[in-house]
Amino acid sequence: MSIQVKDICKQFGDFVALDKVSLDFPTGELVALLGPSGCGKTTLLRIIAGLEQADSGQVLLDGDDASGTHVRERQVGFVFQHYALFRHMTVFDNVAFGMRMKPRPQRPSEKQIRAKVHDLLKLVQLDWLADRFPAQLSGGQRQRIALARALAVEPRVLLLDEPFGALDAKVRKELRRWLRNLHDELHITSIFVTHDQEEALEVADRVVLMNQGHVEQIGTPEEVYRQPATPFVYGFLGSVNLFRGRIDGETVRVGEDVLPHEANELEHGAEVVAFARPHELDVVPDAHSDAGVAARITRILAFGVTARVELDGLNGAGGQHFEVELTRERVAHLNLVEGQSVRLVPSRLKVFERNGTTGASA
Amino acid sequence: MAATRTFRVLPGFHLTLGYTLAYLSLIVLLPLAAVFLKTASLSLAEFWAVVSAPRVVATYKLSFGMSLAAAAINAVFGLMLAWSLVRYTFPGKRLIDALVDLPFALPTAVAGIALTALYAKNGWLGQYLEPLGIQVAFKPQGVLVALVFIGLPFVVRTVQPILEDLDTELEEAAASLGAQRWQIFRHVILPVLLPALLTGFALAFARAVGEYGSVIFIAGNIPMVSEITPLMIITKLEQYDYSGATAIAVVMLLLSFTLLLAINGLQAWTAKRTGRDR
Amino acid sequence: MAGATTLNWAAAAHADTAARFETRDATRETPLVKWLVLGLSLTFFAVFLLLPLVAVFVEALRKGWETYWTALAHEDALSAVKLTLTAAIIAVPLNLVFGVCAAWAIAKFEFRGKHFLITLIDLPFSVSPVIAGLVYVLIFGAQGWLGPWLAAHEIKILFAVPGIVLATVFVTFPFVARELIPLMQAQGREEEEAAIVLGANGWQTFWYVTLPNIKWGLLYGVILCNARAMGEFGAVSVVSGHIRGQTNTLPLHVEILYNEYQFAAAFAVASLLAMLALVTLGIKTWVEHRAAHASRDETPPEALQDAAS
Repeated sequence: MSIQVKDICKQFGDFVALDKVSLDFPTGELVALLGPSGCGKTTLLRIIAGLEQADSGQVLLDGDDASGTHVRERQVGFVFQHYALFRHMTVFDNVAFGMRMKPRPQRPSEKQIRAKVHDLLKLVQLDWLADRFPAQLSGGQRQRIALARALAVEPRVLLLDEPFGALDAKVRKELRRWLRNLHDELHITSIFVTHDQEEALEVADRVVLMNQGHVEQIGTPEEVYRQPATPFVYGFLGSVNLFRGRIDGETVRVGEDVLPHEANELEHGAEVVAFARPHELDVVPDAHSDAGVAARITRILAFGVTARVELDGLNGAGGQHFEVELTRERVAHLNLVEGQSVRLVPSRLKVFERNGTTGASA
Repeated sequence: MAATRTFRVLPGFHLTLGYTLAYLSLIVLLPLAAVFLKTASLSLAEFWAVVSAPRVVATYKLSFGMSLAAAAINAVFGLMLAWSLVRYTFPGKRLIDALVDLPFALPTAVAGIALTALYAKNGWLGQYLEPLGIQVAFKPQGVLVALVFIGLPFVVRTVQPILEDLDTELEEAAASLGAQRWQIFRHVILPVLLPALLTGFALAFARAVGEYGSVIFIAGNIPMVSEITPLMIITKLEQYDYSGATAIAVVMLLLSFTLLLAINGLQAWTAKRTGRDR
Repeated sequence: MAGATTLNWAAAAHADTAARFETRDATRETPLVKWLVLGLSLTFFAVFLLLPLVAVFVEALRKGWETYWTALAHEDALSAVKLTLTAAIIAVPLNLVFGVCAAWAIAKFEFRGKHFLITLIDLPFSVSPVIAGLVYVLIFGAQGWLGPWLAAHEIKILFAVPGIVLATVFVTFPFVARELIPLMQAQGREEEEAAIVLGANGWQTFWYVTLPNIKWGLLYGVILCNARAMGEFGAVSVVSGHIRGQTNTLPLHVEILYNEYQFAAAFAVASLLAMLALVTLGIKTWVEHRAAHASRDETPPEALQDAAS
C-alpha cells in the first residue's frame, strides 16, 4: 500500500514539530526517516499511524484520506521504540492479541490463531520462546516478538519507531540485516524512524532526511550520501570537513588561502560554507605552496586499512579542526609527521551559500 | 500540551475526567465549601471572638506544640529506623519493616485505648514511669505519645526509598576523597535526604494536627491543659454551637491547606533533588 | 500527601539492599555506631509500635477467653460489625471506581491543571476527620442546608447509616486513586497504544492490558481503603449519634465499652480491628513481595540472548 502525506503541520505548544511536510512512500519500499532527535520524525510516524493527529494536512493511504480513520481501522502495524509488549502475557498471547481482539464474526478460531502465531514466531525465528514472558527475553528477542505481534493483524503498512534504538551495538547490527531480509521476503510498505545514519543508509531503500520539522532531502542511500542537497545533510551524514569563506571568481577564499572549486551560479563575494569528506582531501607537505588551506598535523592514526590524519587549521582556518583519510602508503610516501605544517587540498568541494550568518570573514 | 485541537488515541478521557471531577466536587469540594459558607454567617468580630477565646487558643498551643514535637521526634527516630531497615541486616527485619505501617492500618481508637492502657498509672510502662515522676496518661505528654505513634510511618516511608536509591559509589567517592564517616553522612547523605526528611516531617505534622481518635483517650481532655483543637470542634458541636465549631474548623482547614501546599512544594523539591518522580 | 501510604514499588526492586551497603568499607559505620543506631531505633520501634499492638491482645484476653467471646458475641457488638461491614461495602467500591477513573484520566492523558487535581484528590488526607464529620452535619443537620427539607420528607441521613457511609466515603476517598496514579504514570501508555493499534477497543484495552498491570496496586489500594473505612473513628463519631445497636460502628463500640470501664470487652472488640490491621499489613507485604519478584524478573537473561540469530 502506498502512503502519501500532504502539508502536514503539527505543533506542541510553541514548538513546531512538523512544518508543512509532504512525502510519498511508494508501495513495497522500506523507507528510513532519519534525523536528529526533535526533528519531528517520530511525530510524523505517529501521525501516519493515527496515534497522533496533525494540526493540518492529510495522510493518504492508497490514495484515500485517512484523517477520519481511527488507528484501529487503519490496518497499520506499529512497533514501539520500547516494544510495548504486554508484560503479563506470554509471547504467544502477545502475538495472538490482535486476532483475539477482533469482533466475533471476524475473529479466527482458536485453532487458526494458534497456527498463525506459530507461523509468525517461525518467521521471526523465535518459535521456541512461545511460553516465555517478555521479561524473560533479551532486547533483540523482544524486538522480534514486537514485530511478529504487529504482523499478526496483517497490516497494510509497517511502522517502526527507532527499532534498534534500545539494543547494544552487536545485536543492532544483526537485527538490521535481519529486518532487511524480512522486508525482502514480505514486501510490505515499511517506514522506520532512526537517528543513526549508518542504520538508515544500510537498511533502507530510500532515506528521508529531516531537520527541525521539515524534509531536507529524499533519496536512495547512495544519493543522499554522494550528493547531499543541503549543508545539514552534509554535516549529518558521515564525517565532513568544513571551510567558511567567500566566493572569489573561480575559487573560494578562506582568509588568505584559496580553494579551487567548480564554477557555479554563486555570485562573486557571496559568503559560503564548503564541505569536503575526509577522503576528498589531500595533504600537500609543502607548507609554502599556494594551493589549499594551511594546517598543522596534530595526530596521525595509522592502525586501520586507511590512516586518519587530524589537523588544526592555520591562518584563515585558525581554530578549526580537520580530518583527512589517506592510504597508509600515501602517509608513508609523504613522510608525514605530527607537528608538521602542511596544506590541505580538496579533490572535491561542495559549496553552499551561507545565509542567516553574518559575514564575518573566516 | 496546549494544542488547539486535542486528539487522543486512548478512549475515555472525557468520561473518566468528568466522573472524577463530579465525584470530587460532590464528596469533597462542596462539603468543604459548606464550612466556609457557614462561617460567612458570622461577623468578623464574632468569628474572631470564637477562634481567639482563651480555651481555644490553649488547644492551638497544645495541638501545634505537640504536633511539632512529635514530628521532630519522628524525624530523628524515623530516620534512624529507616537507616537500620535499609542498611543493616538483623533478625526479624522483614516483620519490623511490615509493622512500621501499623499506625496507618490500626484504627485510631484502638491505638488510643492501647496507649492509654500502657501509660496509665498501673499500666505496663506507666508503673515504671510513675515512680520517676513522669506522668504520661491524661497529661499533655499523653498527647505527644499518641502523636508520635501515628506519625512514625510518614517519616520512615518517605525517607526509606531515597535511602535505598542512594548509590554506594557516592559514599565511596567521598571516602576516597578523604572524608570521615560522619562527614560523609553530614555532607553527602544528609543533603540528599533532607527534602524527603522534611516532607516526612511535614506529613507527620499535618496528620498530627488533625488527629482525633488516638489522642482523646490518653489526653484526659482537661480544658486549658490537655484539650486538642479537633476536640474543641466536637465540644462545640455537642453544645449545638455549629457556627463556633465551624469557625474553628476554618482555622484548621486553612492550616491544612497551607501544609498541603508546603508538602507539595517539598515533594517537588525531593523529586528534583533525587530525580525520582513522586 | 499520602506519600507514605502508597506502596514502595521501587523498594521491591532492591530487596537485598542491606548487603550492598554492608559489604563495602566506605558505606559502613563503626560497629559502635551501628549498634547504637540499631539499638535506639529498634527500642523506639518496640516501645511505640510493638507494645501497643501487643497490649491490645493481652488486655483483650486478660479476663479469659470466655469474657472475650462474650464481648464479641454481644448483640451490640454484632450489630456494630454489621454496620461497619455495610459502610465498607458501600464506600470501598465507590472509591474504587473513582480511583480507577481518576488514575486513568490523570495517568494516560495530558491536560491543564493536572497537578492541581492531584492535590485536590489528596485533600481528604490533610483534613482532620472531625472536620470531615462536621461538613455533613452542616449540610444534613437540623440547622443545616438540607436539614429542614430532609425532616419534612422524613429522610434521616445524620445520626443514621447514610451519614456514616458518607463520612466513611469522604475519609477513604483518596486511597485507591493515590495508589494507582503513580503506578499508572510510571507504566506510561505505550502498552495501551499498542493494544489500540492491534485493534482492541477501549474496554478490551482496559480489561486485558491495563488491569492486569495494575492489579496488585489496585488490590493494595482497596485493602488500605477498606482498613480505613472499617477503622474510621473521628468522622464517624461526629455523624453517628452513638445510638447503640443502630448507629455504632466497631470503633465507636470500642469507645463506648471503654468509657463504661468494660476494658476487657473494649479490648476484645479492639482486637478484631487490630487483626484487620495485621491482615492489611500482611497483604501489603505480600503484594510488595510479588512486585519485587516481578521486577527481579525484568532483568533479561542476556546469556541466552539471541541464540537463534
